[in-house]
Amino acid sequence: MKKLLGSCALVAIMMATAGTASARDLVQVAGSSTVLPYAKIVAETFGETFPNFKTPVVESGGSSGGLKEFCKGVGPDTIDVANSSRKIRASEVEACKAAGVTEIQEIKIGYDGIVFATDAGNADLKLEPKDLYLALAAELVVDGKIVANPYKKWSEVNAALPDVEIAAYIPGEKHGTREVFEEKVLAVGCEATGAAEALKGLAADEDAAEAKCIAVRKDGLAVDIDGDYTETLARIDSNKNGIGVFGLSFYENNADKLKVATMSGIAPSTETIASGEYPVSRPLFFYVKKAHLGVIPGLKEYVEFFTDDQMIGPDSPLAAYGLVAAPDAEREEIRKSFEAGNVM
Amino acid sequence: MTDISSSVSSGIAGAPRAYRDIGIKRRYAAERRFRIYGISAILIGLFFLFTLLWTVFSNGYTAFVQTTITLPIEFSEQTIDPDAERTTDPSVLLSANYPVLVRNAMIKILNIDPANRALVKRATDMISPSARIQLRDVVMADPSVIGKTVNVALLAEANVDSANKGQVDLTVDEARRKINNQQLTWMDQLRESGVMTKEFNSGLFTSGASSRPEASGVGVAALGSLYMMLIVVVLSLPIGVAASIYLEEFAPKNRFTDLIEVNINNLAAVPSIVFGLLGLAIFINFAGMPRSAALVGGLVLTLMTLPTIIIATRAALKAVPPSIRAAALGLGASKMQTIFHHVLPLAAPGILTGTIIGVAQALGETAPLILIGMVAFVVDYPGSPMEPSTALPVQIYMWANEAERAFVERTSGAIIILLAFLIVMNLGAILLRRRFERRW
Repeated sequence: MKKLLGSCALVAIMMATAGTASARDLVQVAGSSTVLPYAKIVAETFGETFPNFKTPVVESGGSSGGLKEFCKGVGPDTIDVANSSRKIRASEVEACKAAGVTEIQEIKIGYDGIVFATDAGNADLKLEPKDLYLALAAELVVDGKIVANPYKKWSEVNAALPDVEIAAYIPGEKHGTREVFEEKVLAVGCEATGAAEALKGLAADEDAAEAKCIAVRKDGLAVDIDGDYTETLARIDSNKNGIGVFGLSFYENNADKLKVATMSGIAPSTETIASGEYPVSRPLFFYVKKAHLGVIPGLKEYVEFFTDDQMIGPDSPLAAYGLVAAPDAEREEIRKSFEAGNVM
Repeated sequence: MTDISSSVSSGIAGAPRAYRDIGIKRRYAAERRFRIYGISAILIGLFFLFTLLWTVFSNGYTAFVQTTITLPIEFSEQTIDPDAERTTDPSVLLSANYPVLVRNAMIKILNIDPANRALVKRATDMISPSARIQLRDVVMADPSVIGKTVNVALLAEANVDSANKGQVDLTVDEARRKINNQQLTWMDQLRESGVMTKEFNSGLFTSGASSRPEASGVGVAALGSLYMMLIVVVLSLPIGVAASIYLEEFAPKNRFTDLIEVNINNLAAVPSIVFGLLGLAIFINFAGMPRSAALVGGLVLTLMTLPTIIIATRAALKAVPPSIRAAALGLGASKMQTIFHHVLPLAAPGILTGTIIGVAQALGETAPLILIGMVAFVVDYPGSPMEPSTALPVQIYMWANEAERAFVERTSGAIIILLAFLIVMNLGAILLRRRFERRW
């Protein structure tokens, strides 16, 4: 009995302390799993460089999940920074406003390349958006009619490609990477084959034609990967002919196991992505609550540290990990914009 | 046999000599087949268990050693504190340029030309960037080392560590490897001179999360898990036991208590992520508790564990023979006395086993923690359950998703640690049962 009463008292004490511990002394970050490794490096180095601040806590949970948490409101019980591998959507800005998060500062940290890679034992692979569209689209236009994708082998799509079954491991629909893949590969390929034009005449309206362009086949030859790149790597390990979609940084860390494909003749590297030659890349962002600056200790310093050249410059640890640094002028612009307190 | 049958048959005069088929052969065969099914079921189970354990252990045992490079570091005053202001302004020691000390030591030990920047960079890249903090801690702990040369064991960079453990495929083209041939020659050189050694990886147990594989450990996660387990035990044991004693011994049997019972059984089967959603809505959004805190995690896991404990406790209470209750009541004990003096002590082993199994299940749970922000990168140790922390299975999940190869062995290493925790807990359950169990 005494034990029971004692533990009840303990619970009561814990509940009481829970109410009082509202002031927070560390920065809380959540969001994109693509930005996560970069944010981790910055958070860790930040904690080491500023011993007077606690190391920020970085949660993963996806761009949408992070922005949803971010838009819950203002105050120490909400997160300060949302990492995102895509630009915040208008609907999300609205949701933020409705919850009282009226001032959001957008910070671009650099670019992320998306690469296509296959097992290291395979021959060199040269891909075009056109090939990927023809191989992976759900429906194609043949002789003026929309038919289900007839191709089963890469060589049927393009004689220069290997004579093996099509097997592609592409990011699932909840990933930010999927959007880039659809926009920069499938839509471009659709345009290049002339299917986009043909579809306009055949589909109900323009939106339907665009949707057809980026619809991926569901007959098992293109596999959606809902997990992380490690899962894609495991799939390629078991099917040596498979082609997977990876982030540049993941590929660089596993370059001994993977062989990267060129896209439109350009091999992906930080240089070709920064110059814009390699077509499949996207900017990475994080969003800061302006109302929390100066309230949460270390938040302003964290953002300044993150945008500093020693973090996101060309010779920084983030660049070493695989981030493609933004051009000098753009980085300067980002810092100025934060300094000036520009909000969206 | 023949005697009996002959006497029997002779006893019935004139009856034909016939055997009655009672299917002995068939029934024996059925039994044999069933035994074979049983054995093969066990063998299949064992096969999968061994495959699992084999993959985990063969990948993970190397995580328990770590390559260290012991360098004679010259703590030169010129680098650390050029203006000799450390007595007046101790913060210079915090921000001093410690990586230069490492660089100088590497230049010296490998005999590199300091002017050859590319070569120097390759050499310093072999030491973990966490050396900066290591050296800072050495100086902060004892500022008198400034001006002296001291041997400091520094962590080797993760790729050097992997190569030293033979996990890097050296047949691959140099450009596609994370470690180049020059570094490999240096590694041989350092190994021969005894500078580079493999040490027990105590950092794996004590360090927090890190983006550098060599400096990361499960310390914060283990402490977070410990906090949560304490909260789960402290809350769910009394609540669960009280609820089941009332339901089993006092509550009237009516529709309402039946409904409660059905609900408890249902809750035990609810996916754990649902409890995470509940925790987010109630504890964080409504009660305003901090995100990522072990307290919230503990409360969510308590909700998850309660049904398991209630069901186990009720079963244990039911298993106490009615004769005990009757005897106690017959000797004049009140109902309360009967339960607390006789029934509960006899049911205790069952209750404890149920609790430990419930807590062990909670220890391995990640799904509900995603929503309350505990799937996070946490470097600092949580001083209390109110501070952000993470949990052991979460650490495994996060390491499994890392791009760096060196995290592969650490993932398996963390799984081994988690398994060890679980084995200890389950052993405890078995011992308690053996020690206190009574059979009637």
